[in-house]
Amino acid sequence: MKTDDLIRALAADARPVRSFRSTLALALVVGVVAAACVFALRLSPRPHLLTQLVEWRLAFKFAVTLTLAASAVVLALRLSQPGAPVGRAARALLVPALLLAAGVASELVTTPASQWRHELVGRYAIYCTTLIPMIAAPALGALLLALRRGAPTHPTLAGAAAGLAAGGIGAALYALHCVDDSPLFVLAWYSIAVAVVTAVGALVGSRLLRW
Amino acid sequence: MDDRELRWAQLMRSALAGDGAAYEHLLRELAPALRMVVQRRLVRLGAPTAETEDIVQETLLAVHLKRHTWRTEDPLGPWLWTIARNKMVDHLRRRGRRVEVPVEDFAEFLPAPEERPDTGAMEVEQHLALLPQKQQAVLRSVAVEGASVAETAERMRMTPGAVRVALHRAFASLSARLREE
Repeated sequence: MKTDDLIRALAADARPVRSFRSTLALALVVGVVAAACVFALRLSPRPHLLTQLVEWRLAFKFAVTLTLAASAVVLALRLSQPGAPVGRAARALLVPALLLAAGVASELVTTPASQWRHELVGRYAIYCTTLIPMIAAPALGALLLALRRGAPTHPTLAGAAAGLAAGGIGAALYALHCVDDSPLFVLAWYSIAVAVVTAVGALVGSRLLRW
Repeated sequence: MDDRELRWAQLMRSALAGDGAAYEHLLRELAPALRMVVQRRLVRLGAPTAETEDIVQETLLAVHLKRHTWRTEDPLGPWLWTIARNKMVDHLRRRGRRVEVPVEDFAEFLPAPEERPDTGAMEVEQHLALLPQKQQAVLRSVAVEGASVAETAERMRMTPGAVRVALHRAFASLSARLREE
């Protein structure tokens, strides 16, 4: 086919299109709602959640997981827009990482070394590492479907960013229930759970997001 | 932003709002720019330039199917050259060559002599022949015979909406076939 002819046909297919950014925003809303439904089906918020939010270690869990979700969503967006700058979005991932590091440091300073092991192991590590990926799954699905409309130059990376974002969402929701408040616990078990979701995102992304 | 970038961005914004004339104007400007950059890059890689037009067409298809990923506040160039670089790397990889093509090479631009190659692009045509019959007929009618969507609809006893859907599906499956070749 001649290029001129192809162009004529492409132009005939012109119509108003929804921007990729708004598709991803919609997917984020759908994903969060679906993840919240999974949470509601299996778990309930811990007692006195709101009144305890003044406790820094509890607020800390939301700070880490929500900044992770937010920065990873923006990174996934940038990675799916050809030629868009990625650097700042990637550096924003340092915010949750530094928050986590600061929380862990503060915990190490304020608790006796004899307690570290106890805090690290926590009470419900196995629930944490299995429930977070379960809650995150619908969010990951929604984000990956939306990214299929994008044009990621590196499908694996874009899938991993979607996984990080979904992991952050799942972890933030799980934190509503979780009574293991030590930053040491978050460092050990939340990280594993988010890493699992990220790996799944990368794996699926490498297959699903080629264009 | 230089004049060309301003014009391209303006045309693309109109295209994204559904303006077919602006879109066609834009694609007719993009094609020779792409052709020249791709050809020069192939020469530099020592790859056969006979494949230029295939890569140009693949890139135009991708531009079309992914046009909503352009950020309307940006210049169009970086977006376009990134897609072109990707499509070229994909194309050469399918031909069994592993290549690294820096995107900077696509950013340069020298005005190209206007040329209309009538030969050289084979891949789209080959894959077109394998599309479902209705998609094929609609695409041929609009592309080769130059019929409008309304004329095609009348001729094929379809609604204009169904013609548009078939046309869009034809592009999507062409692109998928090219990718999985």
